[in-house]
Amino acid sequence: MEPDRAKNGRALPQPFTLSHDVWGQLVMTDAEGLEHVGVELVRAFPLSDPRHGFAVCDSDGRELIWLDGLDALPAPLVRQIEDELAKREFVPIIHCILRISSAVEPSEWEVETDRGRTSFVLDSEDDVHELEERRALVTDAHGIRYLIPDVRQLDAHSRQLLERFL
Amino acid sequence: MTGTIKKLGTLPPKWRDETTRQLQAGETLLAWFEADLNDRLHFVRELAVLTDRRVLTCREDRDSAAPWRSWPLTDRTELRTDEHGSAGILELRDASGRLASWRFTAGKATEAHRLVQKLSGWRLGRQGGDRKPTMAVCPSCGAAITADEGRCEACAAGPIRPSMSALFRLAAFARQRFGLVLLGFVLTLTATAAGLVPPYLTMPLLDNVLIPFQEKGTGDFSLVKWYLGGLAAAALLEWLLDWAKTYVLAWVSERISADLRARTYAHLQRLSVEFFGGKRTGDLISRISNDTERLCNFLSINLIDFGTDILMILMTAGILLSIDPVLALAALVPFPVIVWMVARVRGRLLSGYRQAGAAWGMMTSVLADTIPGIRVVKAFAQEAREIERFDASNERVFYSANRLNKVWSLFSPTVTLLTTAGLLVVWGFGIQRVYSGGIKVGVLSAFILYIARFYTRIESMIRMASAVQHASASAQRIFEILDKHSTVPEPARPVHPGRLRGRIELQGVRFKYGAREVLHGLDLTVEPGEMIGLVGPSGAGKSTLINLICRFYDVSAGAILVDGSDVRSFPVEEYRRNIGIVLQEPFLFYGTIAENIAYGRPEASREEIVKAARAARAHEFILRLPCGYDSLVGERGQSLSGGERQRISIARALLIDPRILILDEATSSVDTETEREIQTALENLICGRTTIAIAHRLSTLRRADRLVVVENGNIVEIGRHDELLEEGGIYARLHQAQMDLVYGRDADGT
Repeated sequence: MEPDRAKNGRALPQPFTLSHDVWGQLVMTDAEGLEHVGVELVRAFPLSDPRHGFAVCDSDGRELIWLDGLDALPAPLVRQIEDELAKREFVPIIHCILRISSAVEPSEWEVETDRGRTSFVLDSEDDVHELEERRALVTDAHGIRYLIPDVRQLDAHSRQLLERFL
Repeated sequence: MTGTIKKLGTLPPKWRDETTRQLQAGETLLAWFEADLNDRLHFVRELAVLTDRRVLTCREDRDSAAPWRSWPLTDRTELRTDEHGSAGILELRDASGRLASWRFTAGKATEAHRLVQKLSGWRLGRQGGDRKPTMAVCPSCGAAITADEGRCEACAAGPIRPSMSALFRLAAFARQRFGLVLLGFVLTLTATAAGLVPPYLTMPLLDNVLIPFQEKGTGDFSLVKWYLGGLAAAALLEWLLDWAKTYVLAWVSERISADLRARTYAHLQRLSVEFFGGKRTGDLISRISNDTERLCNFLSINLIDFGTDILMILMTAGILLSIDPVLALAALVPFPVIVWMVARVRGRLLSGYRQAGAAWGMMTSVLADTIPGIRVVKAFAQEAREIERFDASNERVFYSANRLNKVWSLFSPTVTLLTTAGLLVVWGFGIQRVYSGGIKVGVLSAFILYIARFYTRIESMIRMASAVQHASASAQRIFEILDKHSTVPEPARPVHPGRLRGRIELQGVRFKYGAREVLHGLDLTVEPGEMIGLVGPSGAGKSTLINLICRFYDVSAGAILVDGSDVRSFPVEEYRRNIGIVLQEPFLFYGTIAENIAYGRPEASREEIVKAARAARAHEFILRLPCGYDSLVGERGQSLSGGERQRISIARALLIDPRILILDEATSSVDTETEREIQTALENLICGRTTIAIAHRLSTLRRADRLVVVENGNIVEIGRHDELLEEGGIYARLHQAQMDLVYGRDADGT
């Protein structure tokens, strides 16, 4: 049943509207006028293809609507979706690595991110993953992810520090 | 008739004439078999001959009154082989019982089997049946062999090569980099020559400058700057050439061992599943990583040093002889003694290293055994015993190393002593020559400098003896893998399957693991799109049958036809592209979920991946993960539950859109709730594909079109669920047992 509904979602001309209720929960009103309270917006490929593949899921994680891309949607809705996604996704982007405490695990990292300076603890060097196209994902001891969009763009000092983890 | 004559020609000469005499007019020889044991299992040869009329036999020992015996062929005549351990038996039977039997050693099994096949083949031919000639199959390893040959290439192991030749086989890898190897050699030669210049320059420096100055108070100091300049230039040149040589040769050797690793791994991937069954993972990993690394070290360090040493020794000897032949001969006196000693000690070192290697291997296998099994060790509180076991093997390592050290510790200083003796000889002889005016002091000092270099080189050369043994052992271990043939061979004249329809026919399928036959001639036809449920107790042969259909193994006898062609005539990879498989323990590789789903078709688009995940009911739980389809799974990745992993593997199978689907206990490792979810996912997968499913829980097979009950390697019942229940056979019994289990639990609950 779910796949069918998702298929419908793709074909809808005026797909849905988003709003917040008094509790601050995200409410999605679908084409039939049905209200879904507490929905969540997710990207299917947040790292490899963030511009395609979006889903609106209900509070139980069931998929309500699938969107291949945002291009066909009206601009205000796109802005709303992007705002929601930005609120939900917390993946700081590392601009510069200032210090890595020691060669032994666990190591403490001090980094400059797009959200300011921070430090975190890395459990093991396996937690630095090299993604395709020289991107790297660092997962700290608490499971927070930090993205390095392009290893080559880092300054020489950061690159040197990062080198032994890749 | 020409066929008979040709066949007679294949007979061993000693049987040929007599057999010809035994044949009646017009009788055609079909096949023969020479057994090599008698009924008391002594090595006595006995010939069995199959003609179109009779079976004849003749024993080698001629004492018996009638050496030839014969039985006419009737419709009930039957030949069969059986194997008990390493001695097999070929039996001739008819309705009345066993008529004759021949015993043979394991090596003859294929030939015996061929005789059996010949009889049935000939019968079929006479009845006008046009069954395709089945390929003969080696009974010991399962590899397909050409029917006329009767010998298996995979099993007929080549002679064991002596250890050194493994090293020479490396030359094949070096040949691809010939240019660089040559450059490295030239650099070595020039670098060594440059190293020999300084002592030569000290000679005139002493004799023409320093000594005349000391004696007469005058000397030509204008020459000094030339000599010192020459010394500095030689040192610089040696440095430069040494650097270039080391870099080039290290590059070449690293390249060669990388090539070797790549070749070995590629070869390993192509070997059949059977090979991996018989090997320890740790051992294979160590062969590909440690052994190639050791070879690399050998090539880049030991071999270069050795080459340099040889060159140095030859050049030094040449220079010494050219300066003063008499003194040179005196200086070289200890040399033959050292060579003789090396030759003597080498044998001892060799056996010592072999023993040390074996001890080391034993120790590693203790580790490889217990570390993965640590939970069992702890559960049974056997830590102390395991520590003891490790200690014992560790001690063996120590003792074997100790034995080596004993030899080595005496040997090394002895060589040094002989070197010093050589120097003393030069001193004594040289002083005498200086005294008698034969040579100048400068020549003597140059000699001393050369000789010191000469003997240090000899010392390092001796170490080479052990390095060679080490490296050749490594090379051997690697070539052992490279020499293995896949037991699932590629066909000589392949039939390209393309996209199959999925009709599977089993024709008298037999399969042996070693000498134990686990499938005894199964016949079954599965129509395209049909779902078959395989039912039966553990060890009945269900998984074996699936392994055969996937071509992880090849049948020992009979054939599996897909869309009317023998699966052995398809190129393995092309055939397997048509097969999707979902196993009990889904294996996820390290990587993202999207990569895992697209494992069988890496070029699949993201839309296709999402579609497959949806159909496998995996989409929603994937969306719930923090990185969605980009979440990492596999070792050290996101941990997923058994049901979730299973749905990913179902999506993986869905994505390749296979014609034949194999489900091997796909739902048995999850709880009933999850099973229901997986079941819905599976239904999307099964739809329209030829499916063969194994399940212990009979409820999972309700959708099956037919159930096939296998017991002890035979198909005992075939039919639909209710038909089989009505029949009241094995299936009904199994079903009843499971129902009892369910209701029994319910009864407890109330």
